[in-house]
Amino acid sequence: MSSLSRDDVAKLAGLARIEMTESELVELSSQFGMILDAVARVQEMDLSGVKATSHPQPLENIARPDVVLPSLSPEDALSGAPAQEESRFRVPQILGEAE
Amino acid sequence: MIHSTAAEMADALAKGETTSVALTQAHLDRITAVDGQVKAFLHVDAEGALAQAKDVDARRAKGEKISAIAGVPLALKDVLAQKGVPTTAGSKILQGWRPPYDSTVVSKLKSAGVVIMGKTNMDEFAMGSSTENSGYGPTFNPWDLTRTPGGSSGGSSAAVSSFEAPLAIGSDTGGSIRQPAALTGIVGVRPTYGAVSRFGLIAYSSSLDQAGPFGRTVLDTALLHEVIAGHDVRDATSINAPVPAVVNAAKSGDVKGMKIGVIKQLQGEGYQKGVQTRFDESLQILAGLGAEIVEVDCPSFEYALAVYYLIAPSECSSNLARFDAMRYGLRTGDVDGASAEAVMSATRDAGFGREVKRRIILGTYALSSGYYDAYYGSAQKIRTLIIQDYAKAFAQADVLVSPTAPTTAYKIGEKVDDPMAMYLGDVATIPVNLAGICGMSLPAGLADEDNLPVGFQIMAPAMQDQRLYQAGAALEAALLSKWGAPILSKAPALGGAK
Repeated sequence: MSSLSRDDVAKLAGLARIEMTESELVELSSQFGMILDAVARVQEMDLSGVKATSHPQPLENIARPDVVLPSLSPEDALSGAPAQEESRFRVPQILGEAE
Repeated sequence: MIHSTAAEMADALAKGETTSVALTQAHLDRITAVDGQVKAFLHVDAEGALAQAKDVDARRAKGEKISAIAGVPLALKDVLAQKGVPTTAGSKILQGWRPPYDSTVVSKLKSAGVVIMGKTNMDEFAMGSSTENSGYGPTFNPWDLTRTPGGSSGGSSAAVSSFEAPLAIGSDTGGSIRQPAALTGIVGVRPTYGAVSRFGLIAYSSSLDQAGPFGRTVLDTALLHEVIAGHDVRDATSINAPVPAVVNAAKSGDVKGMKIGVIKQLQGEGYQKGVQTRFDESLQILAGLGAEIVEVDCPSFEYALAVYYLIAPSECSSNLARFDAMRYGLRTGDVDGASAEAVMSATRDAGFGREVKRRIILGTYALSSGYYDAYYGSAQKIRTLIIQDYAKAFAQADVLVSPTAPTTAYKIGEKVDDPMAMYLGDVATIPVNLAGICGMSLPAGLADEDNLPVGFQIMAPAMQDQRLYQAGAALEAALLSKWGAPILSKAPALGGAK
């Protein structure tokens, strides 16, 4: 039986940048054992020599001619911004501690 | 008028017997009358739809040749961006967002003169099988309003089965078109991966996602398929090849000499009795029409569910990183001195629902160092084996078949607290997505024990989508003559009128 502790889930939530409440952490940790047991079945098979498939199509790099195509105006690009300033996205402080 | 097929509506429009404005208004009236019960739509754009309809009528009056289904109204799954129209993917994190651009599917619909009436409900970011994971409440199955219409495209399947729209667009990452089609008694097709552009389709799992058509008949579904498919330079995974002749195939509907493979692993134990009975009956009908039925063995399919629930969450944990509260959508906790990371984490907690968080965390775990090879790496290798199983099976048969879903529509609330039980509903649809091939679900009748619709699934190799329509149309015609009337005529009346 696999399991993931409340602290394990809290660490993953931190990595995924989701601030979870205590009850969410406890609920997820209780459901995770069952889900992990189900997906861990992929480890039952002998997969030596089998190639991995990341994508259903055998793709190579796709390039198009380097020509200018219509794209969004600055106004359109900013139209959904939670906050903006001087035609730019205004974001909270990204470096260092608040002064 | 609303009970006609899309093909009949298109015909009446072409002959001048009705107008797109009248047809659109009739459907908008139907939505007003019954959507309070069904809740298929998140947003109805009556004004925009009528303006589009008026424009199509004017173009037709001038003698312009637009498309086979010009002027016919449609419901659009809320996962596709439509310029200026609220687009949420069923998530609170996108509440109020109005895209500044059209997805390629929407551009194609607009240039074909198909009238977009509104955006349909869905499981948040297409993660779910019942539409109960929507951030805006569930959609209800027109066959029984206490049951789910399937998911994740449950709003689209409910809209078409309740005659709110003759056509709809959905998206199918693990069965999200085929399963809701099965549960509501309509036709749904997941085209070959890369056949329909993903530009403007809000991404869940990029190697599995594919938009596709819903209709009440095989031909209607083909007419819509032809409009939305085709190469697009804006999607690097878009296939640069001619669109398969799906409309011709839907019109011919012949299975004489066709080899139909029954997948051993996708029937029997775990499948509801009435589902299996209707499936077996459809097989006999196909045999009676001259098809040759063979059994095929796909041993790796036993692991498909586990593979899917590693690959899809892994890709989603990466794709949904874009919802960072910086450029669009919700932002919470942006108080003086709060760091960008704190705002991001608070916003993602407030904006994402339980299932989305569950899958992001699962994906983060499966991709984390030390576990990557054991989980994501193994899943990718079994994906190869599943593709090989299909290749062997298609060497023995032109199309493969199975029941679409193991059960008929279940009660709302029945599985919402048991994620594994919910995931099991996708067991027969997921292999198609993992292999990037195409699949259709069409109604095979009602299960004896509950009088609810059963779906019959047909699968074909990549870019052989026409085979789905050819076999589907043959079965549909035979079933129709057996029943004497379309299956939806057996659904209860909505809007209080019994």
